[in-house]
Amino acid sequence: MAAIKGVERLETDEGGMGYLQSLPRRVVTVYLPLLVFLIVLLFPFYWMTITAVKPNLEMTDYVNYNPFWVVHPTLEHIRYLLFETSYPGWLLNTIIISTAATFLSLAAAVLAAYAIERLRFSGARQVGLAVFLAYLVPPSILFIPLSVMVFNLGLYDTPFALILTYPTFLIPFCTWLLMGYFRSIPFELEECALIDGASRWQILTKIVLPLSVPGLISAGIFAFTLSWNEFIYALTFIQSSEKKTVPVGVLTELVRSDVYEWGALMAGALIGSLPVVVLYSFFVEHYVSSMTGAVKE
Amino acid sequence: MAVPSVAVQSRPSILSRLAESRNALGFGFMLPAAALLLVFLTYPLGLGVWLGFTDTRIGRPGIFIGVENYEYLWSDSVFWLSVFNTLLYTVSASILKFVLGLWLALILNEKLPFKSFFRAVVLLPWVVPTVLSAIAFWWIYDSQFSILSWALQQMGLIDHRINFLGDPTNARASVIAANVWRGIPFVAITLLAGLQTIPQSLYEAATLDGASRWQLFRYVTLPLLTPIIAITMTFSVLFTFTDFQLIYVLTRGGPVNATHLMATLSFQRGIAGGQLGEGAAIAVAMIPFLLAAILFSYFGLQRRRWQQGGGD
Repeated sequence: MAAIKGVERLETDEGGMGYLQSLPRRVVTVYLPLLVFLIVLLFPFYWMTITAVKPNLEMTDYVNYNPFWVVHPTLEHIRYLLFETSYPGWLLNTIIISTAATFLSLAAAVLAAYAIERLRFSGARQVGLAVFLAYLVPPSILFIPLSVMVFNLGLYDTPFALILTYPTFLIPFCTWLLMGYFRSIPFELEECALIDGASRWQILTKIVLPLSVPGLISAGIFAFTLSWNEFIYALTFIQSSEKKTVPVGVLTELVRSDVYEWGALMAGALIGSLPVVVLYSFFVEHYVSSMTGAVKE
Repeated sequence: MAVPSVAVQSRPSILSRLAESRNALGFGFMLPAAALLLVFLTYPLGLGVWLGFTDTRIGRPGIFIGVENYEYLWSDSVFWLSVFNTLLYTVSASILKFVLGLWLALILNEKLPFKSFFRAVVLLPWVVPTVLSAIAFWWIYDSQFSILSWALQQMGLIDHRINFLGDPTNARASVIAANVWRGIPFVAITLLAGLQTIPQSLYEAATLDGASRWQLFRYVTLPLLTPIIAITMTFSVLFTFTDFQLIYVLTRGGPVNATHLMATLSFQRGIAGGQLGEGAAIAVAMIPFLLAAILFSYFGLQRRRWQQGGGD
């Protein structure tokens, strides 16, 4: 009891209304559910990782080996993936396509967001709304007409098919996010610059952009992640095995007939997830705040 | 611009007047984004509607056939099954995502050690490519070596393996579970942001008035959270309704079309089957539902402005 009292007093000192809850109650209402949530949300990643380093023998023998653990970890699946499949090529394709699409979208979005938010040309509000609506158009209803267009333009089975179509969902998103960011930059800075004779272009490149580096970073990360994760366009517009992106390649090329190479599949999923997870973990604070910010706008 | 030029100062050249005109500059700045979006978003949207009225196939331009595609779909039981599946999938997954996401948000809103760590870790399912996590679920749902079946057997809860993806009911439940797994983080983190904007003083005032914990939630948290719930859930519904990847990886619409969503059916008929016109018609049939979701979001936003006392 004394310990519980101590905790209560500690929480009283921190303010809020935590003192109304006793420790056992907190365990039941907070810690236990949180633990269950974490286990459920993280288990697939654990299972992915453990399968990726598990020898085939252990993977299918649940009688002699506990499936939750690995007795003799092996790098065989990863070696197979990296040296006997086109996986490194897919990784490279995905990096190139995602980077190009991200930069293209970011450049267009910066200009558009600045124009809508700060130039306030007539109809800017309507254009802003249109951009938001464009974000709500899902790829699932665009991929058929786009595939016709991509084919007619001679882009079928080239990386350009993806680099040019990914901006359809990246630009609205980045524009929306950057509009919110530009709004937070004080008008006075621009007015000063205007009085000093700066052109709009100079204001954008010398004042607004340097001040919005955090916003640009989060928009860039978002765009990169979204293009990295994109599936339906990549599945529809790319045919040759060596030109595929990671998600499509893993699914369509590593699954052969009825013999699933589960180890290699899981290794492929794991390695394909790593870049976005690493990128994300570096900028998680930006990520979370801008995600919530973008939704709140 | 509002200032009329007094006297005749040397009139600025057309170019410099253009550079100062908001409209001309705005047009120039909007050009790259507008061009990309018009060519690759607006035009295809119209083209899709047009394709829905033609009998285009892959490699053969089609001719206008009126509403034949839609007539065919109207009498196609598989199409109606996919509509039913899509609605079932969207409604049940969204409700689960909302309830569990709100619960997780409320937990994360408590005073916790390592709070930012938990917040970061919880987002992982949302960050990782859907297809890749779906492949992990595929392995978890494997008919022979499913870890879930094994664990439940060890605990003595079931006596034979669960056929997760082979049985229509199980397959539906399995894909919904995987979708919920991926969607919870998004809902939780956005709702958490909403929770953090609610002032503590309101809770203190309500507590002084003798409100119970449930009443605190029902009469303080929920009303103040409604606007952000409306927006978050609209996005969530929109993305669930148009989901493609998860189904394509886990079941490809099977068994016996029990998990075919409109998006996967559209892909199967349009791209895999080569009937572009029919596939486009299925995609167009999704639009009314999406419009409903967007209107819902719009009124959610309106309400929010009104609640904040804004006139506009």
